[in-house]
Amino acid sequence: MIALDRKGILYSINGPVVKAKNMTGFMMHEMVFVGEMKLTGEIISLEGDSATIQVYEETTNLKPGEEVLGTGNLLSVTLGPGLIGSVFDGIQRPLDVLKAASGDFMKRGVFADPIDLKKSWNVQMGKIKDGDKVVGGQVIATVKETESVIHKIMIPPNVSGIAKNVKSSGKYTVDTVLMTVQTENGEEEIKLYQRWPVRIPRPYSERLAPREPLVTGIRVIDTLFPISKGGTAAIPGGFGTGKTVVQHQLAKWSDADVIIYIGCGERGNEMTEVLEEFPQLIDPRNGRPLMERTILIANTSNMPVSAREASIYTGITMAEYFRDMGYNVALMADSTSRWAEALREISGRLEEMPAEEGFPPYLASRIGEFYERAGRVKTIGDEERIGSVSVIGAVSPPGGDFSEPVTTGTKRFIRCFWELDRQLANARHHPSINWLDSYSEYAVELKEWISKNVDPDFYKMRDRIMQILTEDDNLQQIIKLVGEDVLPDNQKLTVRIANIIKVGYLQQDAFSDVDSNCPLKKQDAMLKTILHYADRSSKLVSKGVAVSEVLDEDIVNTLMRMKENVKSDHLDEFKKIEEKLDAFFDQLDKKYQVTTEA
Amino acid sequence: MPSKEYVGLSQINGPLVFVENPKGVGYNEVVEIITENQRRLGQVVQISDKVAMIQVFEGTSGLTVDKTRVKFLGRPLMVKVSDEMLGREFNGIGEPIDKGPDILNGESRDINGSPINPASRMYPRNFIQTGISAIDALMTLIRGQKLPIFSGNGLPHNRIAVQITKQAKLKGEEAGNFAIVFAAMGIKHDEANFIRESLEQSGAIKNTIMFLNLADDPAIERIATPRVALTAAEYLAFDKNLHVLVLLTDMTNYCEALRELATARGEVPSRKGYPGYLYSDLASIYERAGMIKDKNGSITQIPILSMPNDDITHPIPDLTGYITEGQIVLNRDLNRKGIYPPIGVLQSLSRLMKDGIGKGYTRDDHPHVSSQLFASYSKVQEVKALASIIGEEELTDSDRRYLRFGEAFENEFINQGEDEDRSIEETLDLGWKLLGYLPKIELTRVSEKEIADHYKEIKEI
Repeated sequence: MIALDRKGILYSINGPVVKAKNMTGFMMHEMVFVGEMKLTGEIISLEGDSATIQVYEETTNLKPGEEVLGTGNLLSVTLGPGLIGSVFDGIQRPLDVLKAASGDFMKRGVFADPIDLKKSWNVQMGKIKDGDKVVGGQVIATVKETESVIHKIMIPPNVSGIAKNVKSSGKYTVDTVLMTVQTENGEEEIKLYQRWPVRIPRPYSERLAPREPLVTGIRVIDTLFPISKGGTAAIPGGFGTGKTVVQHQLAKWSDADVIIYIGCGERGNEMTEVLEEFPQLIDPRNGRPLMERTILIANTSNMPVSAREASIYTGITMAEYFRDMGYNVALMADSTSRWAEALREISGRLEEMPAEEGFPPYLASRIGEFYERAGRVKTIGDEERIGSVSVIGAVSPPGGDFSEPVTTGTKRFIRCFWELDRQLANARHHPSINWLDSYSEYAVELKEWISKNVDPDFYKMRDRIMQILTEDDNLQQIIKLVGEDVLPDNQKLTVRIANIIKVGYLQQDAFSDVDSNCPLKKQDAMLKTILHYADRSSKLVSKGVAVSEVLDEDIVNTLMRMKENVKSDHLDEFKKIEEKLDAFFDQLDKKYQVTTEA
Repeated sequence: MPSKEYVGLSQINGPLVFVENPKGVGYNEVVEIITENQRRLGQVVQISDKVAMIQVFEGTSGLTVDKTRVKFLGRPLMVKVSDEMLGREFNGIGEPIDKGPDILNGESRDINGSPINPASRMYPRNFIQTGISAIDALMTLIRGQKLPIFSGNGLPHNRIAVQITKQAKLKGEEAGNFAIVFAAMGIKHDEANFIRESLEQSGAIKNTIMFLNLADDPAIERIATPRVALTAAEYLAFDKNLHVLVLLTDMTNYCEALRELATARGEVPSRKGYPGYLYSDLASIYERAGMIKDKNGSITQIPILSMPNDDITHPIPDLTGYITEGQIVLNRDLNRKGIYPPIGVLQSLSRLMKDGIGKGYTRDDHPHVSSQLFASYSKVQEVKALASIIGEEELTDSDRRYLRFGEAFENEFINQGEDEDRSIEETLDLGWKLLGYLPKIELTRVSEKEIADHYKEIKEI
């Protein structure tokens, strides 16, 4: 055991980085309390008798000569019932508790338990009896944390042995000992909560290949660049291109069981927006408020940078904990660039030799370590459970330049790249995901699931849409030079159909009641309708009918507006639209006496 | 706390001085640097048991290594805030310069403030009508927002800022409980005079606090100026329930002072020599805008910055854009055409407008009209590019209508007088009128019902 009476002495302060001596016996990455105000910090390097500490709070007024106290623990998070619905800062202090303790402005040196240890929950014990053997990851009890989430109480990963003093079901506080486990190294108490160091990934038994899509309700993503459950994606984009709106949309409509949203060095008002909006929004899958499956981490840009550095790890550790229960977790980090900047700032204060643009040389490996904590896994424990953590990171490249170190570093470790386009954003085409430069490596792996669960033809249609868009891009180059009028009729038609796809399909209003979330079935029906129009119109045009004839105002209007006019629970209305299209084309066929061959 | 005094410096380097073997000195503590005939303020920016590094706000010229006395005050830099400050003028670190009396009553506060707990914030939703069509319709200002003006040398950002302060009002709300805090960092005397005179003319000066650090004032002092101003603004907003509009100009000069200091400290630079923490540092200023639950006041920030070489990807506008809730970008081409205010609407944006406009706030059709105007004007740019290659005659009828719309949009919608105060209804009706130049089929962002209610096609073009 590490002695708790170890005391270091501060001798240097430089922003969030402080140095102390007399630190022999402290651990690397140990959490410490710094100075008279007991500011939380973490040891980031040890050299002889002296240690470098990053402090998670403002260091104003710290003086050389003040004490540093050890805690004997690595920087850890508390995991147990009460996490869901909470809002934490970067080192898992609940903001509402901080508010009660210190008012509307953040004060320093305030300590708060991440979850309320004295809150009682109805605990439903499992089948384990005294004398049974238990292993790490085994579920011993369940707690209905919210209407949306059943919280499973698990044996911590590194504990196994014989169960003793097993309590029966009942109402218990979070710090109640539910059982003790006789291990090889003595007795371990199992409470409703456990702690886990944030920088160490929680173990799993096997990594599985991605199979199932994370359905996001955003058409351009689900159709063209899908992400799988357990996948990784990056959303890069300059300021004002809509990163945050896309992240919010994902947090709202993704079909994950638990959402963890990390506001990492971003705007305070954006977090407030989530806080005000999510309790009102209804989860389409069970009719409950979205907040009942959401955990927020808000370390805004004006809060200390070192806590910003930690916030990413705090979030992913909580995600892994819910993954271990067998849930599909989606984690959004907005924005990973701010996290990288925190690394840079601390590295600068440590006077480390910089690599590109002042970033430390280990930037890419840190990014890689973070994204690799995503994945679909078979969990540890006695029974087979499959859980996943999907990670979607926003990237804010300076000046919108995608060749900068964070974007290029991220591209190496993610498999979905949703590039936000300045031109589209300026034209208020949202989501402004560029359909030519973005990519998803999961598309191939998810084909089987989509064909089986949505429509066997879905991928065929997807490929056709991509074809039309690519062709359109080439034609646009010509149009820019000589105008649309000189194009032959079939190409003119391609441009118009591409326009219908862009406006009527890819564009999606995040703030519309109907169109904000678009289920796969509706996407499928919309694709069918648009391509049906494309088929019949190109047939006519190829027979020499003028383009203006098939571009009937009313018909085009119907296609452009069906995303708004057809509600997700009234998909049969697409039948009517199809009938309308057929009636229109039948009459044209008749007029031009084109025989419709079957 | 008893203050400690040392005689003699170990080193003077640019804006920094070093004191050896300080005892009991805290990080960020304020110091007085005393020479025979002058007293200056400084701040500890790095401290170890061997040496304290101090930045001197008023500059180091005239200091000597042996005779200079350094007094550590045992507290961070404070400013005394009270409502006596209204109508007064101060220097960049909050000392009166208008020959008036010192601020007697009031409370001393740390200029660095503390971050607002995100759980305490209230999401801003109240629409501020500025009377400027381009802003009201397309990048609506919301109370509690931080909306910077990205400008360039020679563009009329000050006139726009003054017009906003004169005309800004909430729909149907009592005037009176508002205040203006004006912080100048390194701007020219003429600019400061223009703003002062304009505020005097409109009578707003009695509700204004001015903090002036002009171009010939010490550069390092600028690092404190926005913080001093925002500390006063926070007092007025959250203690006195006033709605405070904070003008910060010019943030570019602020960032340059920060760079100067960072270089003197020998820090590792990131882009263009600016320190790696520029983002966090700017955030500690901009994030002090907002509203707090159960408090009636608010802080709305309009920082002004000039983009070096009109380059919006320069680190200062770039990082600012990542922190603020949108931006108003001024456009040199429009200015050349004589259009005032020369707002480049396509690059401009207000992130908060989506929740502060439309039904119950402005007018039901507002969100769609603004989206339509953006989309159509963006198309105008494409058509213009095409027309410059193939000539206007070769354009299709629909494209020619776009050109006509673009012209009218710039000359009638964006363009307006410096004293012209348009209501939001007038602005939206004007928008609809101009959309009349376009064929109905092109209007995909507005609903069919809105078209029936407002759209009137202009046949003659």
